[in-house]
Amino acid sequence: MSGDHHHHHHDHDHDHDHLHPYDPEHHHPHRADQDDTMTYYRLMEEAVRELMIEKGLVTPDDIRAEVEAMDARVPANGAKVVARAWTDPEFKTRLIETPKEAIAEVGHDIGPMRLVVLENTPEVHNVVVCTLCSCYPRWILGIPPDWYKSRSYRSRVVREPRTVLREFGTEIADNREVRVHDSTADMRYFVLPMRPAGTEGMSEAELAALVHRDAMIGVTEVSA
Amino acid sequence: MARFAAGDRVRVHKQFPPTPPSHIRTPYYIRGLSGTVERVCGAFRNPEELAFGRPGTPEVPLYRVRFRQKDVWPDYEGNEADKIEIEIFEFWLDAEGDEA
Amino acid sequence: MERDFTARGHHDMGGLDAGEIDRAEHDYALWEKRVDALMMLCTNRLKLMTVDQLRKGIEALPPEAYDNMTYYERWISSVTNTLLERGVFTADELGAKMEEVKARYPDGVMPGGAAGGGC
Repeated sequence: MSGDHHHHHHDHDHDHDHLHPYDPEHHHPHRADQDDTMTYYRLMEEAVRELMIEKGLVTPDDIRAEVEAMDARVPANGAKVVARAWTDPEFKTRLIETPKEAIAEVGHDIGPMRLVVLENTPEVHNVVVCTLCSCYPRWILGIPPDWYKSRSYRSRVVREPRTVLREFGTEIADNREVRVHDSTADMRYFVLPMRPAGTEGMSEAELAALVHRDAMIGVTEVSA
Repeated sequence: MARFAAGDRVRVHKQFPPTPPSHIRTPYYIRGLSGTVERVCGAFRNPEELAFGRPGTPEVPLYRVRFRQKDVWPDYEGNEADKIEIEIFEFWLDAEGDEA
Repeated sequence: MERDFTARGHHDMGGLDAGEIDRAEHDYALWEKRVDALMMLCTNRLKLMTVDQLRKGIEALPPEAYDNMTYYERWISSVTNTLLERGVFTADELGAKMEEVKARYPDGVMPGGAAGGGC
């Protein structure tokens, strides 16, 4: 069945170039969407959701609204914040000192999240992990990528950050400090990457388009 | 009130009073090591209590503590200046030199 | 019985040897998003549980289950256990509802995490 792509009925496109279509013989079937595979835990979700609704604790609309709110938290929101910080030094100062208020200026509510903004400089490169679970600045960047939650990333990046960054294609100069941040408790971390050279004439929107999610986690840098 | 301030040297407990079953937020790899308080984050409800449905009050001071990677991993390969920063609750910390 | 409380939990993996990072990503399925939504509602609005209870429930999973279950399988398992403990619903109610839901899927139910690799 080589080349025979399975067609799923989804309301969104699979636009990740590294995403392979579902293949039942592949060793990681859980990496494909499971909307068309009934599993024990998916069944549990359906059962718990219905019990919660029957007991009047939540409504189907509550769930839908929450899913939509989470879907609206996307890395592009963070990219807007980065681009503003690159073009407005006073905003950058406010972003570092009072992140919630500064991000609200750009139009995003980070809810109860306590955010620490980590500015990359020619002297220091920051990278974020949660070794104990998967803490992530989800109120601004959305749900974390699979690799952020993986055993390999969580185990290794604290001990060999430079090697891990190299796997992401990021080479940090020997004389630049690498600072790893392990989110263990109530703070969440957001990396403010360095503005790349050659972007002097760009608008805020053009700059935002350069900023990928991974640069705000700190595993990559931004290039023009 | 927070017992430590930014710049203070602190040491993370290696042992912790046994109250099984437990839920702790201080990673294994950092226990027993010394670092420098980077900032006081404020006070938060105690996760070790919250995990069991208890109120987690009074709130406990939380710190970001900075460690030299060379102190954490003796075989660390990288810049001498490389650091790791971790949030640690006050009851896990002693002033360096103060520990029993 | 002596217990070593300095011991490392299975979830507490910082610094351990591990292989290359698999950077493949999947789009979250609707049921996974619903688990996320349910957790947010239970913590932020209903105050039925805390994120610390979610974590404790995940950490209590046997190591093989922790490794074999997918991310949101671990979440729904922990959320469900916490809601049971709190008496939001009973085990009998959950069991009956699971049977009712199962009957809607005549093609059968896969075992979940056991079908997938570690994540």
